[in-house]
Amino acid sequence: MVTSLAVMGWVRASVSRVRRGWARSAVRAGLAASRLSRRLGLGEGSIIGGRVTLALDPDALSRLAAGRCVVLVSGTNGKTTTSHLLAAALRTAGRVAHNATGSNMADGAVAALSAAVDAEYAVLEVDEWHLAEVAEAVDPAVVVLLNLTRDQLDRGTEVRAVAAALGSVLVRLPRTLVVANADDPMVVWAAGMASRTHWVAAGVCWTGDAASCPGCGSILRTTGGSWTCACGLARPEPDSWLDGELLRTGQEVTPLSLRLPGRFNVGNAALAVAAAARLGVPPRRAATAMGAVESVAGRFAVIRRGHQELRLLLAKNPAGWAATLSVLEEARALLIVINAREADGRDTSWLWDVSFENLPRRVVVASGERSADLGVRLSYAGIDHRTHPDPIAALALLPPGKVDVVANYTAFHQLLRRLAPRADTP
Amino acid sequence: MTGESTIVIGLLLPEVLGTYSDAGNAAVLARRASWRGIPAEILILSADATPPASCDVYLLGGGENTAQLFAADWLRRHTRLRHALDTRAQTLAVCAGLQILGQSTRDRSGHHHPGLGVLDVSTAPGRHRAVGEIITSCVIPGIGQLIGFENHRGLTTVGHGTGRLATVLTGTGNGTTDQAGRRTEGVHTERVIGTYLHGPVLARNPALADHILRTVVGNDLAPLDELPDQTALRRTYLGPPATRRRIHIRRRLPKRLTHQG
Repeated sequence: MVTSLAVMGWVRASVSRVRRGWARSAVRAGLAASRLSRRLGLGEGSIIGGRVTLALDPDALSRLAAGRCVVLVSGTNGKTTTSHLLAAALRTAGRVAHNATGSNMADGAVAALSAAVDAEYAVLEVDEWHLAEVAEAVDPAVVVLLNLTRDQLDRGTEVRAVAAALGSVLVRLPRTLVVANADDPMVVWAAGMASRTHWVAAGVCWTGDAASCPGCGSILRTTGGSWTCACGLARPEPDSWLDGELLRTGQEVTPLSLRLPGRFNVGNAALAVAAAARLGVPPRRAATAMGAVESVAGRFAVIRRGHQELRLLLAKNPAGWAATLSVLEEARALLIVINAREADGRDTSWLWDVSFENLPRRVVVASGERSADLGVRLSYAGIDHRTHPDPIAALALLPPGKVDVVANYTAFHQLLRRLAPRADTP
Repeated sequence: MTGESTIVIGLLLPEVLGTYSDAGNAAVLARRASWRGIPAEILILSADATPPASCDVYLLGGGENTAQLFAADWLRRHTRLRHALDTRAQTLAVCAGLQILGQSTRDRSGHHHPGLGVLDVSTAPGRHRAVGEIITSCVIPGIGQLIGFENHRGLTTVGHGTGRLATVLTGTGNGTTDQAGRRTEGVHTERVIGTYLHGPVLARNPALADHILRTVVGNDLAPLDELPDQTALRRTYLGPPATRRRIHIRRRLPKRLTHQG
């Protein structure tokens, strides 16, 4: 009896040793695949690395996250920027694993955690469609929910279904604090199902998808920044709110002075400060660290090229464009680059929900694989422009001096590779 | 107020029927009218006010399921508008807009929701969502091929007395066939054009936009120069099949064979 128990114990210990070894091998195999992919110039390598690890060890994500303080950042727009701001803040407290290049599905999360096994914090940007899967695996300390609007309707279904799916995950995470934008009805509807929430009045740039109630479909009543519905859904009383560039939480006031442009980035920073505070980083220290961030995976980067100074901006849907229109500078020429690949969404209809009519007078060139769709849209908006499908050739149609370049997802990454071939984040 | 010659375009419930950017169609109609010297005005008809029954053209767009039920209910309540749709105005109804103008729609749980009954069509949920580019051949003379993007789950059955808008060349459309076995897309009656081609269908197909304007004005329109990017746009989606096939084959070849030197 005693012998058989001892044998069983030995077997169990061996199995668990083998499993641990297997898990480590899976991580090593993933890292090797990722190095190989980078060396062959196939890309960042984080996706293939994560996939290899997950194929060998389906529980890799939980295992890699165990014992760490994990924050997930999700929403339609601002995930990459907010996760970079938050990572900058948490780095003042310890080591941080971060999927900095924006590989935001389970494989990207695995790659980021594998690359920094000794980091006590992890900041993971997660695609809103994959938040359920990732959250269940990592049991996050905090989930940051920025906004939920239309993006790639041809791939996902409607935004309301995304919100419903998020809500059903949040219900199952009793220990997780959800830091959520109180100004976005879709976010409130989804986050309202969580057990613990910290509401931040971070503002919204675009209300196109929020006119009808996510709960019942009636029209929302909006008055002075607040909103309510007859069914009872309403903007919650915020725990933190913005007062210009000051973030107020109760009596505490934190100045948010960013190098990144735009009111929407102040909103992103407000949510990041609230999340960092929850993890023990004092708001002022967090805000100071965020204030040093200049560009985010190439976004907002400034690149000199010949006689032109290009400022790179990424906008991939109507809400992102509404935010971007507010930071375009009048004195700059404008290059717009639009693709419609899988990662962009194949449907270009969304261009018709961008208020190009409001573009101030400037020199405009339409470019990208869908430059013709964009060109037709600009003509109907009354915007004089020229068109060239190749963005580098299109730059030659613009005058010397400052140029704002706005591209959607794959167009942005293609262009970044061509402008700064060896830099991930120039 | 508007003079007699002004075309008034009523955009119905854009706050709930705007999911697929269908509001662009109003801008296309208004621009194409004003480029010809015909004044045009767009009225945004929101849910919080009684809609005027005097518009020349009404536009109904696509929306999510709860929004679609809300819109159907709202339209039924406004009987003067409904009368105008039946008897005097022109209507372009896209996707959910097409469905709610019909007799009824059935949802996935089997419930029937009454439509406005302006069109003799009824819609049931299909097995799969139809998502992607669609090319059709329009039955209206002189319009030719229609290109667009569809994203819906509706199977729409068109009554015998009601005409289809087009025959499907690639894509799904109504998801049903007519008596001759042709795969149909949309509906076309004296007053209504209904289609699953969402988003700026009139921007991709200016001939259809001009057909609507011509019907409203009641006579031929002055010709317009084609927009600079219009030919390239049509080519993006229609392209000569030979070219598309060649690119396809080239992609399969090793780079050495396709790049000289």
